Amino acid sequence: MSVTAWITVTVTLGLILSLLRVLKGPTVFDRMLGLGVAGTNAVILICLVGHLYGRFDMFVDIALAYAMLNFGGGLVVARYLDRTRRNEPR
Amino acid sequence: MMAYVADTLMILGAALLLIGAVGLLRLPDFYCRTHAATKPDTLGLVLILLGLAIHDGLTLNTVKMLTIILFVFLANPTSSHALGRAAILGRLVPWTPDRREDRR
Repeated sequence: MSVTAWITVTVTLGLILSLLRVLKGPTVFDRMLGLGVAGTNAVILICLVGHLYGRFDMFVDIALAYAMLNFGGGLVVARYLDRTRRNEPR
Repeated sequence: MMAYVADTLMILGAALLLIGAVGLLRLPDFYCRTHAATKPDTLGLVLILLGLAIHDGLTLNTVKMLTIILFVFLANPTSSHALGRAAILGRLVPWTPDRREDRR
């Protein structure tokens, strides 16, 4: 296997570990943090898969769109929790 | 020669990602996990995508990949800062060594 394939395996392992935090996380903030890490790992994974398949011109556009959607979703959920969880004992 | 540079960058980035994921699982509370999650993640993405860009040579794809790097470099700290602000405003108390019931 080439170095790129091993890097892909490692990034997939990191994605699975961060999804474990999404399953375990005691609070909703932990789950959102794990989802953000998993999204960043998915962006890297899309670029690496494009490099492995030799269709890099297609996959890099998907990765760019995925990064933007990841940022927007995380920011929206953070602002929503900001509004709703204020002044609640936790 | 450039292939070795690219491989070294990508291996460093993958090691950072793995360390960040382990820290995300092992650290005791949300604020510590924010520390472990965001910084190695951003730097790992920058290193791995720079390695891929060096592998492929200078094309239009390299410019798109530099756009991804710049965007994530700005967006990832913003997103985690908004999440930490929401946690502080939501009265999530930080972990201290003598109060261990949050460790899960």
